[in-house]
Amino acid sequence: MVSLEPELHALKDNLLEMMDLVTSQLTKCRKALVKLDVDAAEEVLAAEKRVNALELSIDKDCENILALYNPVATDLRLVLASLKIGNDLERIGDNANALAKFFAANLHKKEKSLADRFSLEAMFDTAIEMLNDMSKAVKDNDTELARKTMKKDVDLNEHGKNAINVATDLIKENPDDIKLILRLFSITRRMERIGDLIKNLGEEVVFHVEAKVIKHKKEKKK
Amino acid sequence: MKIIEAHHVDIFYGTNHVLKDINMDMKENTVTAFIGPSGCGKSTFLRTFNRMNDYIDGFRKEGEILIDGKEIYKKNVRVEELRQEVGMVFQKPNPFPKSIFENVAYGLKIRGEKSKKAIEERVEKSLKQAALWNEVKDILHKPALSLSGGQQQRLCIARTLAVKPSIILMDEPASALDPISTAKIEELIAELKESYTIVIVTHNMHQAARVSDKTAFFYLGELIEYEKTKDLFTNPKNKQTENYITGRFG
Repeated sequence: MVSLEPELHALKDNLLEMMDLVTSQLTKCRKALVKLDVDAAEEVLAAEKRVNALELSIDKDCENILALYNPVATDLRLVLASLKIGNDLERIGDNANALAKFFAANLHKKEKSLADRFSLEAMFDTAIEMLNDMSKAVKDNDTELARKTMKKDVDLNEHGKNAINVATDLIKENPDDIKLILRLFSITRRMERIGDLIKNLGEEVVFHVEAKVIKHKKEKKK
Repeated sequence: MKIIEAHHVDIFYGTNHVLKDINMDMKENTVTAFIGPSGCGKSTFLRTFNRMNDYIDGFRKEGEILIDGKEIYKKNVRVEELRQEVGMVFQKPNPFPKSIFENVAYGLKIRGEKSKKAIEERVEKSLKQAALWNEVKDILHKPALSLSGGQQQRLCIARTLAVKPSIILMDEPASALDPISTAKIEELIAELKESYTIVIVTHNMHQAARVSDKTAFFYLGELIEYEKTKDLFTNPKNKQTENYITGRFG
């Protein structure tokens, strides 16, 4: 039998490359926000095509492996998980792209001071840390790290919950900037969504390694 | 209901211990697949169910093999009757050098069936069950050896069905066939399951996955894992099974 191993390695390398790229997209968005760096935002917009191309490449890898090697058990689960991970990463990339568009067009000192009230920087820090850790979990098939990382999604959700109060206060204080405040509020929603997508990645790591489906389920505490 | 039961079965060929303490049950109207590398004992085990190993020098069995609750290695068991009950299809189609009709009628005739009408009805029914009737109904008296490999194999299945077995053993029944003929045999297995219990040895793991309800993985004479096929191929419990089915063996 021709070994499937090199194909699976290549698939995983592609996944890790895509994870690195998407992490870099979020890191650049953070830089655009914190340093008011329009160039960083432009870089994100320019790299979006690369994110999409990597998703297509992963899809193709999976299709070839399924058609040519009929994988089973752990190999099949890796292929199925990779399809979903590729899709979720692409959606994180889309969110980063939308954020970069906003930052490229709207970010000035005034917006920055309002943005700070929404704790956007802290949200970016959490999301980037989660993605970095999830990348390690994928690389090392480390389900413990995947589970630990998934729990950090709570922090993003907390910021998200709090954002409605922040927005209400800001609107009262700055009635002329309602549109801008609502846009910033929508950024917190995107960051929350990114957290959910990173959590999905963890579910796929657990599915691949342990053959357990944990999505839509609360895991029992050990 | 359990139709085949093996309790603590050990098989020896002389001093060679080829199967070690095998315990497993097979239920009626199911398909069970045996997989494992060459020499793991899967064909030997299959052949114990109709005592095809009896002729091998030095063959010795310990433990019990029950079919319909009766030990088939007891002295009073007539092997010819056992083989009517437990039919077998081999790797290479092996029709007799006779006509298509005679191949299917053969078992009935040697069993003493005299009625021409009864024989004709049974031949037609068996060929229909083996999904071959439409292809051969107008050439029943042509030599069986003029059929294609896939047709010959279905003819052998019809020949087995003619004597109304309850169990059909298949030893690599599609390994010498092209993909279309293989697909026909696999479809046939799914249909025959309604009326028969089928045990199949196959080297094609995807065939095992497609056709069987339960799969048994053998290695070096031991039964390593016996599970629902769906579970064995998605989430095997044993590392050796996983290494074998994913091609990482050894």
